[in-house]
Formats: sequence, structure tokens, C-alpha cells
Amino acid sequence: MPSRGTDVRGSGGDAPDALHESPPLNRAEAVEALPMERVNPPRSFFRGTFSDLADILRYRELLGQLVRKELKVKYKDSVLGFFWTLVRPMTQLIIYYLAFTIFLGNQQPAYAVFIFSGLVVWGLFTDIVGGCTGSIVGNGGLLKKTYFPREIFPLSVVGAALVNFALQMLVLFGALAVTAVFTDNRVALTGDLGLVPLALLVCLVWGLGLGLFLAAATVYFRDLQHLIEIILLALFWLVPIVYPVVLPIRNFTESGHTALLELYLANPMLNVVTAFQRAFYTMGPEYTFGGNLWGRLGICLLVGLGVLWLAQRYFARAQGDFAQEL
Amino acid sequence: MTTVIRVTDVSKQFALNANKSLKERLVNARTTKQNRSEFWALRNIDLEIPSGSSVGLIGHNGSGKSTLLKVIGGILSPTEGYVERRGRLAALLELGAGFHGDLTGRENVYLNASILGLSRADTDRYFDDIVEFSGIAEFLDTQVKFYSSGMYVRLAFSVAVHVDPEILLIDEVLAVGDEAFQRKCLEKIRSFQREGRTIIFVTHALDLVRDLCSRAVLLDHGVMQYDGAPTQAIRMIRDTWNEAAEAEAEAAAAKAESAPAGVATYTPMRISDVVITDGAGRPKDTFGPGEPFGVECTVTSDRRVTDWAVGIKIENHMDQNCYASNTHLMNQQLEPIEGSRRVTFNYGSIPLVDGGYHVSLSAHGVNGPHYARVARIKNFKIVDSEWQDGLVRMPAQVEVRPVDAPSAAVR
Repeated sequence: MPSRGTDVRGSGGDAPDALHESPPLNRAEAVEALPMERVNPPRSFFRGTFSDLADILRYRELLGQLVRKELKVKYKDSVLGFFWTLVRPMTQLIIYYLAFTIFLGNQQPAYAVFIFSGLVVWGLFTDIVGGCTGSIVGNGGLLKKTYFPREIFPLSVVGAALVNFALQMLVLFGALAVTAVFTDNRVALTGDLGLVPLALLVCLVWGLGLGLFLAAATVYFRDLQHLIEIILLALFWLVPIVYPVVLPIRNFTESGHTALLELYLANPMLNVVTAFQRAFYTMGPEYTFGGNLWGRLGICLLVGLGVLWLAQRYFARAQGDFAQEL
Repeated sequence: MTTVIRVTDVSKQFALNANKSLKERLVNARTTKQNRSEFWALRNIDLEIPSGSSVGLIGHNGSGKSTLLKVIGGILSPTEGYVERRGRLAALLELGAGFHGDLTGRENVYLNASILGLSRADTDRYFDDIVEFSGIAEFLDTQVKFYSSGMYVRLAFSVAVHVDPEILLIDEVLAVGDEAFQRKCLEKIRSFQREGRTIIFVTHALDLVRDLCSRAVLLDHGVMQYDGAPTQAIRMIRDTWNEAAEAEAEAAAAKAESAPAGVATYTPMRISDVVITDGAGRPKDTFGPGEPFGVECTVTSDRRVTDWAVGIKIENHMDQNCYASNTHLMNQQLEPIEGSRRVTFNYGSIPLVDGGYHVSLSAHGVNGPHYARVARIKNFKIVDSEWQDGLVRMPAQVEVRPVDAPSAAVR
């Protein structure tokens, strides 16, 4: 190998300036003090979870920036901006209310509140899963030019979805206040409100777990983006949002399909949605799920954490090739 | 010297023609396996880069330079081998260092800085410097998708150099900025060098490599061909280009000669058998500084032409005209030509700097039309141990002597 310590530049254009500069002693020493780190160390399937977590934590500032970016970019150049976040669930609410209460003659009290308390958390879940799916492919520009833990992209989707969720919760509270003041329906604080944080956690864990897996898989299999929209549409009807959960329970029990019923009730999002309904829809307790939601949500959370861990390991393994596949 | 980047036996394989969508996979199910070809973009690269050095990665298009830079930057992970490095790294890869088109310049500065690991408070501190250096303050609140490529690069470069990186990776981005900004960038890069930061360039501007780098790495089809002094690396890459160019020029000349003498291609004269000599008739193509030099050619005319002259031109690899003259300008009155004449230009010494050169010849009337022209028909090169900038080699006698004090002169 030839020597390279000496400067073989011939132009010497910077020679005069070099006289005024102090020798770069401090920098060289400072560099020496820094650790030699391996770039993209290979990540085995089982070890490395904690180092990945530490990595992500180091970039939390960036995560905040990207969440802001997601929110800004989504409604950039639109006049109403954030208001659009509320338009979609409110339109859904009106449509379902019209269809079920007016056209189908549903007798359930304060049906709008019932729908909305389920819809708001379902919206969070679909925002996360749908957003994550395209998050790697959609951020190809950033991904091909810079390096940071790729998990930041799906996580920023979760952050943005949570902000939207918070806004929609405000609408829900508004609806509850209106119901309390102007109707004679019962709006009360019950112990079931404690289910809300747990249900929210289950929703986030499952959403992020599926989201991480889908984000990575979409890079190799682009059809997933379209497929997932359809799957979410179908899932919507498997979760008791526009109909009370007591109806399928009664029907399954009457027809003797108990195994099918258990399968139907095992859906983690069903438990999340019914927990929200129990907490906020106090106008008709007979329409909400009577099962032991604490226990059910606890199991969902444990299973969900396992799914999340598996998904993250898959993501970590796949992420090395993202830049070249996009 | 502390090593800041260590590349150990890195290879990178890419798969081509992989089908992405379900439809493609179903439709091309049978051909997918066959279409799927793999190639190695990098093969067993070993590099150790000490802190404070500037390294140029050069090579022709597709030689793996950018891939290597991305592997060092951590954007691609190598198929085999690994990379280690220390300190903050800022990368300017292709256009834009990861800007989001829908965000404004200001928002992108913050986003980009946090990607490079800066906190918001730190960015606030550097923000004014970044904006001032980029010189696009008035467009700061415009979405970057409306930026010109020059503005884009200005902002990207400005962010990258202001985040106090230990290692700076630059991939062919400076060419986009205007000359004033390029000069500013080079100025900044030089000050980075003086501060002892490590810089890795990928560029096709070989003179820039020679100017800025203390070391060059030549890649060819993913294999490291050379690692060492920039002048030697540049010489090697230009040799391969010149060979290709010479073969092309000769093929073109042969084609022109074999073409039927129709009206369109009618030239009353032909130039053939061009030889570059050592000034005494012996063919030669590599010259030392100041050696004698000559060019010979045969000019053939089917008709008798009284008014004719022969021109010679020497261009360097940048297509810069280094020398051009003709027999008329040399005050040579040529005898009328009919049939073939051997024309020889001899020079006592060739005062050009190190590099590759092309010779073009023409036969034309003194003030009139071109009769024949062979462009870049032959190449030669000059190998000089002493590197000089510019076109002309001027050996200098340097003398330094003490200046007499004025009082002493009076006495």
C-alpha cells in the first residue's frame, strides 16, 4: 500500500491558509476517543431486541420530527387542514346513523354515541395498520439517502395516528356532553373507564405488530398495500361497531355454534372496541359486551406483545435490503 | 493515525429483474427464475481510512463507487463482510440528502439535522449559519419540491457541513451548483480537511480528486483496481477511456474512408496513416516532460489542388484546446498537391502537463473549405513526476535570497 499520510496535492492552493490554522490535534484526539462501531451489525433473530430498542430511543427526536411531518404532509395545501381528520369519522357516523336508526328502524338509545365510541378506536387501528403498510415504500426518498433505524417510519405513523385519535376523542367527549345535557339518556362515569388505557395499549401493540410486519413485507410484495385495504374493510364488519355485540352472541348461541362464537370473540380488536363501548356508552348497558374484559384484554396484550416482538425481529432482518429494493 | 472507517472484505450482490407484484409473479411464473440474474456490485473490498484523510472513489459508470459509499453510509448492508466507523457521519448522496418534497426548506433543515443526529436546540443554534451558507434565505418557506436542483443541493450541502460531522460522504453532488457555490463548497471542504475531518468523494471530475484528495481508490466492475496516489489512479482510468476513444475514432475514420464517393461525402483529400513520433520518425505514445514530439500523416488528393494547408490540433481529456495551428499560420507555402504527400510536424519539446491528449488533423484551403478532417485520430500521454495545474508545463528556476536591509543599501 502506498503511503498516504503525506499530502500529495500539487496545487497547494490552501497552503497559505494552513499556516494560520492550528494543527488539528484536538480533533484527532477526540476521534480516537470515540468507539469504533460496526455499521448495520448483523442482527440475529433472538438477540438484539434490546440494542434495537436503544437505537430507536436514541432517535426519539427524529421520531418527533417525522410525526410532525406525517401530520403536516397529510393535509398540506388543503384549506381545511386538520379539520379533514374529523370529517371522515363524522361522515361515517352520519351515514351509519341514517342507515340504522332512520332506515332500518333501530331502537337503540343514543345510537350515534355507540357507533362513535367504537369507530374512534377502530379508526386508530386502521390508521396504524394502513399507514404502516405503505410507510417504508412511501418514504423511499429519505430511506435511500440516510441511515437511521427504519422502525422510525412505522413508529411515526403510530404517532400521527395517535394525534388524530386524540382529536376524535374530543369529538366523542363533545357528543357525550351533548347527550348528557339535551337528552334524558344516562351518561355516567363507571369503573369501566379504567378499561380504556388497557384497550388502547392492546390496540397499539397489535396495530404496531401487524404494521411492522406489513411495512417490511410490502417492500418485497407491493400488492399488500391494496390487499390490506380490502382486508380492513372486511374486518370492519367482524368487529361490533355498527351493530351491538350482543346480537352475534345471541345468534351464535341459539344456533349452537359455540366454537365459532369463541373464534369471533377471540379477535383482539373486538375486545378493544367492546371495551371502549362499555366505557363510553353508558346509555344502554344491555347492548354492550358483558364478558370479563379485564382478563380478555390482558391475554390479548400478552399475545400482542409476542406478535410485536416477532414482527420487529422480522423487520430488523428485512431492513438491510430496503434501500436496494425500493 | 486513527482509523475512522474500516471496510473489511465487503461484497454486495444485487438481484436484477425480480418481480415485485403478484400479477407479475403469476404472469411470469415460469420466466421469473430464468430472468432472475444476480451480479456483484462490489467484490471483496478492503479499505482502511485514517482520520483526516480525503479519499476519492473513482471509476466509470456502474463500477460500484456509489454502492460502496452507500455501504459505508449504512444505507445498504453488504452481502458479505462488514464496515466499522466512528463519529458522526453526514452523507450527500445523489441529489438531496433526504429531503421531503412536501415540506418547506426550513422544515427540511430540521428534519435533516435530526436524521444526522442533532437535537432541535442544536439545530436552532446552527440554523442561521446553514441558511446563510446556502444563500437561499428567501425560498426557505417554500416547499422543496418547487426548488431547482441547484437550490436543493445548496441546502443539502449546507446542512451536511454544519452539523459538525466527523465523516463527510459526497456523491457527485457539487456538479449541480453554480460556479460561485461550487467554489464556496470547495472552500468549505478544504477547511474541513484542515480541521482534520475525513472526506470521501465519489466523482467523475477527476481533476477535483487530484486537487482535493490525498488518496484515490479506483473501482472497476466492483473490484478495487488501485488504491493510492490520485495521479496514478487518474492515469489508469484515463488510459482505459483513451483506448476506447481511440478505437472509436479509428473505426469512424475507416468507415468514412470506405464510404462510396457520393456527392454528400465527397472530399477531394484524404488523411491517413497518422503516427505520433518521438520527433525523429520513430512511433511513440508516452512522453516524458519536455521530450521531442512529432506527428506524421499522409495527405492524398485525387485532383491537383494549389491552395492547401494542413492543420494540427491537440486537445486534452477535457476537450480543452491546448494547441492548434496550420501550415499557413506557420508561414509555409505548400507546393500544389496531386497524389500523396507525407506531412510531418516535429517539435523540439512538448511543453504540456501530465495527462492524456488527443491529436486531430485537417487539410483545408488557406482561407477556404475543409478538404478532410480526422478528429481525435491518435492519443498520446505525458507522464510527469511533478504535477502542475493548468495546460502548459513551465519549469521554473526558483531562487530565494535574503533582502538587504535598506539601511545597509544606503551605506
